[in-house]
Amino acid sequence: MKFTKKHSLWHYVHLDTYLFLGVILLIAMGLVILYSASSQSHVIIGQQILHISIAFAVMLLFAQVPPRLYQSLAGWLYGIGVLLLIAVLLVGHTGKGAERWLNLGIVRFQPSEIMKLALPLFLASYFHKMHLPLNNRSVVLAIIIIFIPALLVVKQPDQSTAVLLFIAGGSVLLLAGLSWRLLGSIVGLGVLSTPLLWYVMHDYQRQRVLTFLNPERDPLGASYHIIQSKIAIGSGGFFGKGWLNGTQSHLHFLPEHATDFIFAVCGEEFGFLGSVILILIFMLITLRGLYITVHAQDTFSRLLAGSLTITFFFSFFINMGMVTGILPVMGLPLPLVSYGGSSMVTLMAGLGILMSIQTHRKLLTT
Amino acid sequence: MQKRIAIKNHLQEIRLITQRSLIALIIMLILITLLVIRLAFLQLAKHDLYTTLSKKNWLDLVPIEPTRGLIYDRNGVLLAENLPVFSLDIIPEKNSNLAQALTDIAKLIPLSNTDIIQFQKELKQHRRFDEIPLKFRLTEAEVARFYENQYRFPGAVIKARLIRHYPLGATFSHVLGYVGRINLDELEDIDPSNYSATNYIGKLGIEKFYEDDLHGTVGYEQSESDASGQSVRVLKQIEPIPGKNLYLTLDSQLQLIAEQALADHSGAIVVIQPATGQILAMVSEPTFDPNLFVNGISNQAFQQLQQAPTKPLYNRTLRGLYPLASTIKPYIALEGLDSNSVTPQFSIFDPGWYQLPNSAHIYHDWKPHGHGKVDLNLAITSSCDTYFFALGHKMGINRIDDILNRFGFGELTGIDTGEEVTGIIASPAWKRRAKGIAWYEGDTINSAIGQGYMQATPLQLAQGIATMANRGKRLTPHLLLSEQDIGKAPAVQPATALEPVNLTNKENWNIVITALQNVMTSPLGTGYYHYGHDMPYTIAGKTGTAQVYSIKHRDEEGKSEEQEKLPETLRDHSLFIAFAPVDHPEIAIAVIAEHSKLAAGIARKILDYYFIKPANQENTKNEIH
Repeated sequence: MKFTKKHSLWHYVHLDTYLFLGVILLIAMGLVILYSASSQSHVIIGQQILHISIAFAVMLLFAQVPPRLYQSLAGWLYGIGVLLLIAVLLVGHTGKGAERWLNLGIVRFQPSEIMKLALPLFLASYFHKMHLPLNNRSVVLAIIIIFIPALLVVKQPDQSTAVLLFIAGGSVLLLAGLSWRLLGSIVGLGVLSTPLLWYVMHDYQRQRVLTFLNPERDPLGASYHIIQSKIAIGSGGFFGKGWLNGTQSHLHFLPEHATDFIFAVCGEEFGFLGSVILILIFMLITLRGLYITVHAQDTFSRLLAGSLTITFFFSFFINMGMVTGILPVMGLPLPLVSYGGSSMVTLMAGLGILMSIQTHRKLLTT
Repeated sequence: MQKRIAIKNHLQEIRLITQRSLIALIIMLILITLLVIRLAFLQLAKHDLYTTLSKKNWLDLVPIEPTRGLIYDRNGVLLAENLPVFSLDIIPEKNSNLAQALTDIAKLIPLSNTDIIQFQKELKQHRRFDEIPLKFRLTEAEVARFYENQYRFPGAVIKARLIRHYPLGATFSHVLGYVGRINLDELEDIDPSNYSATNYIGKLGIEKFYEDDLHGTVGYEQSESDASGQSVRVLKQIEPIPGKNLYLTLDSQLQLIAEQALADHSGAIVVIQPATGQILAMVSEPTFDPNLFVNGISNQAFQQLQQAPTKPLYNRTLRGLYPLASTIKPYIALEGLDSNSVTPQFSIFDPGWYQLPNSAHIYHDWKPHGHGKVDLNLAITSSCDTYFFALGHKMGINRIDDILNRFGFGELTGIDTGEEVTGIIASPAWKRRAKGIAWYEGDTINSAIGQGYMQATPLQLAQGIATMANRGKRLTPHLLLSEQDIGKAPAVQPATALEPVNLTNKENWNIVITALQNVMTSPLGTGYYHYGHDMPYTIAGKTGTAQVYSIKHRDEEGKSEEQEKLPETLRDHSLFIAFAPVDHPEIAIAVIAEHSKLAAGIARKILDYYFIKPANQENTKNEIH
C-alpha cells in the first residue's frame, strides 16, 4: 500500500525515479567537473546552473504532456522544424563560422535542436499508423523524411547534429523493423558514396578525418586537440590527479576543456575510476530508457522512447569516443556535463518525453 | 518479413520492437565496453607514457647560470671580475624574419658592423633556442627605447647579465687568459647539463686551466608553464653553486713593474719564489687586451693582433723558445765539478779561440783576444766561452744533457696553465730524429755555451735558476695560491716537490753560486756593467746573449759595433737569470729582452722594486690585503 502510494506521488508529477536520479547524479558530477574545467569560474558555474534550471523546467514540462498530444503535434513540429531550418539558411546568424542560429529578438536558438525531437516524433507517429514491419514504400518515405532536415543541417554546416539526426531517425527505422538486408544495402550505399562525401566536406572536416586516421599527422595543428586530450586522460591513471589538479586543463594544454573535451578533464582529474562511474551514470539513464521503451504502451511510444534512448546513448558515446581518440573529432558536447545550454535543453526535453511515456502509461492503465 | 498483414498485429509489433531494442542494447553494451577498454588502455596500460608527456607539457626546467669565480692576486687585488651589463639578445628560432628584425632593431639601437658580423658568426654555431647577444653594454636610453618597442620584436630580449672583465687589462692577459663564448668544439667536451645556462668558457690561461673550479655548478628553477610557454609559478629552485674564487701567486704590483721595466721591448719575464715555487710575476710582451675577447673580438682587430710582427698573442713565457746561451754555463760548471771533469782550481789559457783536436775549425770566444788565464770561477764570472768549449768537450754531450734534464729543461715544468712547451735538450738521438743527421763534436762545443740546438722557455730558465737558488730542491712552479669556496677562507694549495738535483759534493753548489755572485759584483763580471753594482742586496746572476743572426764575434758586453748596424729584428736577444739574496733566496728571475741588450737592467728594476719598496707602496699593499 505504502509502496503504491510512493509511486503515485512520483506519477502525479510525472517523474520517473530512475531517470530523475540519473539526471541528478549526472548534473551533480557535471558541475563538479565543470567547476574544475572552467578554472573555478563562478560566472560559468552560475550560467551553467541557469542552463540546468531552464532545462530542468523544460524536462518537467515535457513530462506533463501526454504522449497522445506529442503524437498529434508531431507532424506540425516536423513541418515547422523544416521551415525554420530553411529560414536559418536564408537569414541565419553566423556563429563560429556556421549558420545555426535564429535570432528571435530576445532568444537565439537553433532550429536543428527542435528537429532532434521533431524527427523521431514524426517518424514514430508515422510508423504508428503503419503495419510493422515496414514495407518498402514506407522505408523510402522515412528515408526522405530523415534526409530533408539532415541535409539542411549539413548545409549549415553542422555535421555533428546531422549525425545525431541520422541516429535519431535511423533508430526509429531500425526499431520499426527495417530489414537487415535493406539496412545492409543502405550502409553499402553509404560506403560507396564516401568519395562523394569527401568531395562535399569542408576543409576542416577533412582535416578531422585525416587526423583521426593518423593522430600524429600534425601534432601542433589539426592533431593537437586529440593528442592533448589523450595525454590528459592517460596521465590521469586509475585514480586521477585529483579534483582541480589537472595540469592539462588548468594550464590550457587541453583545448575546449569546458565544452567538447570536458570528458578529458574528468579522465585527468578522476582517472579511470571516475570516468567509469560517469559512464555508469550515463548507462543508468540509457538502460532505464530501454526499459521504458519495451514497457511502453503503444507503438508510437515505443518507437519514440527507443529512438530518444538510442540518441541519448550515442550523444555521449560519440563525445567520449572522440575525446579518447576512437572516433573522429566532431563538435559534440558531452550531455549535461559540457558547458552550454542549447543542446542540454533538447536533451532534457527528450528525457521529459521519456518520463511522460513511462508515467502516463501507468496512469492510463490504472 | 515484408509481407503485408491486413490487421495490425500488436503482439507481433511488441515482439519486434522488444527484439530490436535488445539488439540495440547489445550493440550499445559492446560499444561502451570498447570505450572502457580504450580508457583502460590510455589510463592504465599507457599511464606512464602519458604522465611523462603531460609533465613535459607543463614542467619547465630553467637552468640558472652560476656566477663565475673571481680571480685575485696574492694580495687580494682583483684581476678578473664580473660586471653587470645589459645586452640585447636575439633568439633566432623565435624570429620569423631574422634579417628584417635586425634591420628594424638597428633603427632603434645603433649596431656596429662588428656587432653584426660577430652575431652572424655566433649564429652559425649556436645551440638551439640559445640567446645570442647582438649588442653588449646597452646604455639606459637604449634599454628604454627597446622596451617601448619590444612588442615588435618577439625574438629579442634585453638581458641583464654578468660579463667577465679584467680590470688590469693587458697586464695579465697572457697569464689569466680570457673567457669567450662556448664554441662547437668546446661543446663536445663540456658537461652539457652543467653548462646549460652558461655562455662563456675559459679559453686560455688560468681561465681555461681552472675552468672547472671557476665555473661552479648550474642551478635550476623548476616552474610550471602553461600552453603558451608562460611560466605560471616557480615550483622549486635549486640555487646554482658559484665558482670558486682563485687567489693567484702573482703580485700585481710586481707584474706591473716588470711590464714597465720591459717597456717597449718584446720579451718575457718570469719571477719565482724559489722556496715555494710560487710565480710572482709572469710577463710576456707585447700583450693584448683580454676584454676584447670576452664580447667577441672583431675580425679586423683579431687579424691585426694575429698578424702583428711582434706577435702580441704569443705567450712568450710558456711558448717562447730561446737558446739558453751563456745562462747554460752555471749548470755545465756544476756538472763539470760534480762529475770531477774539472776542479775549481783547474785553469786554462784562453787565446780567444778554441780548436778541437784533429780539427781545423776554430771556435771563437765572444772576447776577440781572449780572457787569458781562466779558472772555473772566472769562466763563469766573465762568461768565458773557450773554457766551456774545453769543458763541454771533456764532459761530452750526455753529461751536458743529463744536468740540463735534472734541472727541468727539455720537459714541461708542470705549471698550472695549459700552454707551455717542452723546449729542446739537443742530443745525438734528438738530432737524428729531428734533423736526420748525425751529431758532430762541434754540436757538443756549441751546446756547451748554450748555442746550437738547445732551447728553453723563459719559465724553464726561471725554474732552472730557482733550483740553483734552492741548491737542488725543486718545486713545481705554480700560479694558484689558494682557492676559496663561497663563504669559506681561502685554502692554500701546497706546492708539489719534484725530483731534486742531488750532487755528490754539496760544496759544488757554493762554488758555482759564488761565481754567479761574482758575475754581478766583480768588475770582470758580465752582469757588473749591465746590472749596475750598488744594490743593497746580494745577488747571483748570469747573463746570456742569444744569437738571432750569426755574426762571428758575439758581444757579451754589448759594445760590438756590428750589432748596432743590424736592423733591430736581427739583433741578438739578451738573457738574464738571477736570484737574490744569495744566502736566503727570496726571488729568482729570468728575463729575455728580444733584440735588446737590456735584460739585466730590466731585472734590476724589478729586483730593486722588490727589495727597496717605497714606504707608501708598502702601505697600499697592506690596505688591499
